[in-house]
Amino acid sequence: MSKLASHFLINKNKFMKFLVCISLVPDTTTKISFVDNDTKFNNDKVQWILNPYDEWYALVRALELKEANGGNVTVVNVGPAENDQVIRKALAIGADDAIRIDVTGDADSFAIASEIAAVAKSGGYDMILLGKETINYNGSNLGGMLAELIDLPFISYASKLDVAGNTATIERDIEGGKEVLTADVPFVISCAKGMAEARIPNMKGIMSAKTKPLNVVAPQGVGSLTSVVKYELPPAKSACKMISADHPEELIRLLHEEAKMI
Amino acid sequence: MSNRYASNFRGFDYLQLDEQLTTEQKLIRDSIRNWVTQSVVPIIEDCAERNEFPKQLIKELGKIGAFGPHIPTEYGGGGLDAISYGLIMQELERGDSGIRSCASVQSSLVMYPIWKFGSEEQKKNYLPKLASGEYLGSFGLTEPNHGSDPASMETKLIQRNGKYYLSGAKMWITNAPMCDIAVVWAKNEVGHVVGCIVERGMPGFTTPSIQGKWSLRASITGELIFDAVEIPESHILPHAKGLKAPLSCLSSARFGIACGALGAAMDCLHHAIEYSKERTQFGKPLAAFQLTQKKLAEMLTDLTKAQLLSLQLGKLHIEGKITPAQISMGKRNNVEMALRIARECRQICGAMGISQDFPFMRHAMNLESVITYEGTHEVHLLITGMDITGINAFE
Repeated sequence: MSKLASHFLINKNKFMKFLVCISLVPDTTTKISFVDNDTKFNNDKVQWILNPYDEWYALVRALELKEANGGNVTVVNVGPAENDQVIRKALAIGADDAIRIDVTGDADSFAIASEIAAVAKSGGYDMILLGKETINYNGSNLGGMLAELIDLPFISYASKLDVAGNTATIERDIEGGKEVLTADVPFVISCAKGMAEARIPNMKGIMSAKTKPLNVVAPQGVGSLTSVVKYELPPAKSACKMISADHPEELIRLLHEEAKMI
Repeated sequence: MSNRYASNFRGFDYLQLDEQLTTEQKLIRDSIRNWVTQSVVPIIEDCAERNEFPKQLIKELGKIGAFGPHIPTEYGGGGLDAISYGLIMQELERGDSGIRSCASVQSSLVMYPIWKFGSEEQKKNYLPKLASGEYLGSFGLTEPNHGSDPASMETKLIQRNGKYYLSGAKMWITNAPMCDIAVVWAKNEVGHVVGCIVERGMPGFTTPSIQGKWSLRASITGELIFDAVEIPESHILPHAKGLKAPLSCLSSARFGIACGALGAAMDCLHHAIEYSKERTQFGKPLAAFQLTQKKLAEMLTDLTKAQLLSLQLGKLHIEGKITPAQISMGKRNNVEMALRIARECRQICGAMGISQDFPFMRHAMNLESVITYEGTHEVHLLITGMDITGINAFE
């Protein structure tokens, strides 16, 4: 690279501080059940993993931007000490450091957003990334709440993110097409499929994660605004009936008389 | 393709042995598991059918850290402990014994002897390239006439007019036709076993492949032939003295095999359990029949015992207390267990069990090699026998 080109890049690209919100979710093979009269999720024997949208898209894209332009990637999680070993995976993938806000009980999206807001305000981050949703509750509401609490713009469901200087260009999948927009940092952005390719941590990354900082901070103690009244499992799948293509009248009869669909 | 149930493979841990593992060890295992699901499972049946090694995986194996995980980081290795090494081998062999064999040979039979018996210059020159997958290595000990009896090897490294010449042939050598370097064991003028590094391109060095294998078909096997190959003195391993040197490499590799066999067994058992819950006969799933449950329960019990054996071998390895005889017991027990499980799982799945939709036949055929190479099933039994009685029954 010529001296002129490298000078241009240094000026063009800003050293950025990224904050990536990571959540823990049950492994997708987990058998879901509830306790306490169906008011609590049964954590027994659950294998916890990083929420794929946080890991595959938000974290990896932050790392790619850091690798291209320089910067620092911090991951933040709200939860108990048991979460540390999953947080280590984020460090193994390449995050520089981690913050765990030591919340031990149940917390809804507002409580979690409030806890992260406290960390985000004091950290001076240029960009706060998170997955478009967690695969357990599928709420998609943390990003908006967080952005409001720290008074930053919020861009949701981004499938592409590039940065030049202080300005990011973002693609969002919208009904029937794409939307391209620009935004100056700082902002909060939720990341969807297309943003990056999942990375598998290699052995060196795993061993270096062991010594990276994982800072535990005390929670603000913001309470939840909602409480769960009851969980229900979806109805069990009923048996499948095969109807011969030679007898469409039988299909009509069953849809009318048994399924009462028509 | 045998990826029918691969995406929901989560291993087996009936006795909560995960609690004995560190966060890093679990991350290492899970990373290799994910890599195998992503890179090995989708292609492996096809590779085995076509008798082709997936060369594109060599660099990937290097990148993820599967080459020389137990070699110090200053030489490009991972600096990992024995349990981590074993978990890597377990997960690779869940994919295929041939992929595990490739990594096993590279790590324990090529990188380990260079690290253990090589000069500083040799270590700096070769180990980082082997760790990254830039170089692929092979290990020449077995000969056409000397398998279980390596002490009788005929390959010679003779000094003549101030130069060293290597003559002879090695057979059944994993990676041979593709290797960039080979660590070769030979006898010197006075009959002592010495080791040297042979590079591809040295005049007189050829590596024909062995065709017609019904086992390890996704791995490439061949011969190493030396027709008076001139070996520079800088290529002789200065600290390797006697047959103990290559045998110590085998101890390292055999521990990896004991762990690797668990992966093949787990893959088979996982597929058999899933299929037996889906497949209905006489109005109920195969898994509802007592005979199926007996088979599954006994296999899980055997697998769990083998996992305990591997874990304890790993702990002894880390503590520096492990003996070659203990490793022999682990290799012998676990490979036989895996082969039995592969056959039994095939039986549970009936006709489907012989198809490429399931991994049983490929694993079973692979394990027929694994039960023979790096010390046959019989030789390992005699090692245990000698350890108990103090009497050598080999001859």
